Amino acid sequence: MTTPILEIRNLHARIEDREILKGVNLIIPPGEVHAVMGRNGSGKSTLSYVLAGKEDYEITDGEVLLDGENLLDMEPHERAAAGLFLAFQYPIEIPGVATMTFLKAAINSQRKARGEGELSTPDFMRAVKTAGTELNIDTDMLKRPLNVGFSGGEKKRAEVLQMALLQPKMCILDETDSGLDIDALQVVSKGVNALRNGNRSMLVITHYQRLLNHIVPDVVHVFSDGRIVESGDKDLALQLEAKGYADFDGAAA
Amino acid sequence: MADYDDIPTLKENIDRATVDSVRSLDVDKYKYGFETDIESDMAPKGLSEDTVRFISAKKNEPQWMLDWRLEAYARWLTMTEPNWAKVHYPKIDLQDMYFYAAPKSTPAPTSLDEVDPELLKMYDKLGIPLKEREILAGVERPKVAVDAVMDSVSVVTTFREELSKVGIIFCSISEAIREYPELVQKYLASVVPVSDNYYATLNCAVFTDGSFVYIPKGVRCPMELSTYFRINEKKTGQFERTLIIAEADSYVSYLEGCTAPMRDENQLHAAVVELVALENAEIKYSTVQNWYPGDKDGKGGIYNFVTKRGDCRGDNSKISWTQVETGSAITWKYPSCILRGDGSRGEFYSIAISNGYQQVDSGTKMIHLGKNTSSRIIAKGIAAGFSDNTYRGQVSAHAKAKNARNFTQCDSLLIGDKCGAHTVPYIESRNGTAVFEHEATTSKISDDQMFYCAQRGLDEEEAVALIVNGFVRDVLQHLPMEFMVETQKLISISLEGSVG
Repeated sequence: MTTPILEIRNLHARIEDREILKGVNLIIPPGEVHAVMGRNGSGKSTLSYVLAGKEDYEITDGEVLLDGENLLDMEPHERAAAGLFLAFQYPIEIPGVATMTFLKAAINSQRKARGEGELSTPDFMRAVKTAGTELNIDTDMLKRPLNVGFSGGEKKRAEVLQMALLQPKMCILDETDSGLDIDALQVVSKGVNALRNGNRSMLVITHYQRLLNHIVPDVVHVFSDGRIVESGDKDLALQLEAKGYADFDGAAA
Repeated sequence: MADYDDIPTLKENIDRATVDSVRSLDVDKYKYGFETDIESDMAPKGLSEDTVRFISAKKNEPQWMLDWRLEAYARWLTMTEPNWAKVHYPKIDLQDMYFYAAPKSTPAPTSLDEVDPELLKMYDKLGIPLKEREILAGVERPKVAVDAVMDSVSVVTTFREELSKVGIIFCSISEAIREYPELVQKYLASVVPVSDNYYATLNCAVFTDGSFVYIPKGVRCPMELSTYFRINEKKTGQFERTLIIAEADSYVSYLEGCTAPMRDENQLHAAVVELVALENAEIKYSTVQNWYPGDKDGKGGIYNFVTKRGDCRGDNSKISWTQVETGSAITWKYPSCILRGDGSRGEFYSIAISNGYQQVDSGTKMIHLGKNTSSRIIAKGIAAGFSDNTYRGQVSAHAKAKNARNFTQCDSLLIGDKCGAHTVPYIESRNGTAVFEHEATTSKISDDQMFYCAQRGLDEEEAVALIVNGFVRDVLQHLPMEFMVETQKLISISLEGSVG
């Protein structure tokens, strides 16, 4: 069997005294897109933060392997260089730093960490232009400070642009559909779908089924009270949409 | 590609350079902390009338200059140290200090070939080009004329011949006193009066060297002028005096840089800088101040007590101060503009960074006297470690300053929770047509910003460097292009060890 891109075993995490992740198990093989659905407060976003290495959380048990490597031993920036990408639900503003500058700094930091040479300016420009065109991102937007004054749609498009340029192995999309109207949702989804390939895996976190009409998952997981309580194919999402989460609450008990 | 061409890529490359240079240095290591072993000729320790006479004699000054110094000294004896700044330090013992130290080399060098090779090596180590031939051979760097001042004397001034072809005088102030007495007498202390303040008056009595610049009418200075100040000797105060005169319709851009060895004692730097801009003239004065700031426990470092003032004497003249303050244990400095000429303009762009136990009390004064005068102040303070960072600024419009305009923006960025940032603006208007605007913000580098940057692959130092460079961007762009790279490196180095 090929090594999964992401393997989570019995992951427990808490913030202060409150346990939020209570034994998460998940295996995502190369090339697969998995969706995690669950109601607000079920711990979905915590899962994404814990995987990316946010400081506020304490891991109390379990392990996580990224392409066979121990993810939890790495610093957040090392996880990024190892190929983990988190598209934020609420992307953070970096005043005064042009989006273009930020992109270049990020790409070259990662390349350097992996022992690769820096991208030349013409190569970088070409890559940005190609990726930007697909996402309707123009030069003006790239000159503006990252996420400062961006509309909801611009922020999410900028996240996907970063994802496209950084070429991660494992993409986590945290509520990427929030704050998007239907047109923006289509542009963003198209951008994400263009990145799907046989080696790259994705974890799509959402509480609405509608995103999954655009980014069609291979597997759907239901998240409740800090763990995965049910898994199935894409029809599980439709089932959830029709019946709500109540049916699955018992399973978590 | 065409529509991407206008995006400046230089800055991105600089950001990388910044980070690389930070990496290559150990934390707490002040890059310019070395000491050069050069035999020195020094005045007896302490301050008295004899010290003043000693300095004047060393400089072969005319009698009028000695008289002027002695008068200043007599006045200084009646003055007391100012205490209104938000800085704390033990009393400075002026009797335990040397007021004159000069590299021993006899006679004074007339060309670079005669300069002590140790000295040239030191400036080379500092990255300051003194060899004209090499500068000319280099294709990458634009030409910069340099006046190098070590301790109390100017060591060498480059490109003088080329400058003199267009009538520009660029030399040490000591030389100007001897060679151009009529210009010096006319303008010296005409902007900062002898009695201005305790440190300025002391400077009049004991100043040892500095730069003199004279730009004739209608001349646009063909290259950047710069002075590098270096304190090398132990227990030595540096009293620098700089005078820049821009005649009508002229232009000059001038940059000063400052470094000192690491010592566990505090050393005093008390400078006076005067700028005079006549009708339609423009002076752009940039400072990259990187005096030794003291160690991580706050021991040692330079006390930088400086009076800098520009006089927009002629109509439609312009003076612009840009400063990057990263060094010194204590900084007490308010580069100011007197907007005397009608339609004159003053600008002040400042980046003040404090880390460790540094104390900064800095800002500007914009004194609107003439009609239709305008001024702009952009001050960015960054406080890290246990430091204290105060912006103190005054904007005033006098009764005749019809339609005076000022815009002030003061932004503070805090890194960590042990430091302080303060903004103290004084605004006074005696004219109903004046419009003054003041904006101020204080922010912190948030954990969310750090996490976001980390998620994209930046380590902590890279993230801080990027965020801080973003914070100071609108000031950085006012620095001469060739100094931007250096400055961005400097900013990152100053903030080493401020996170985590």
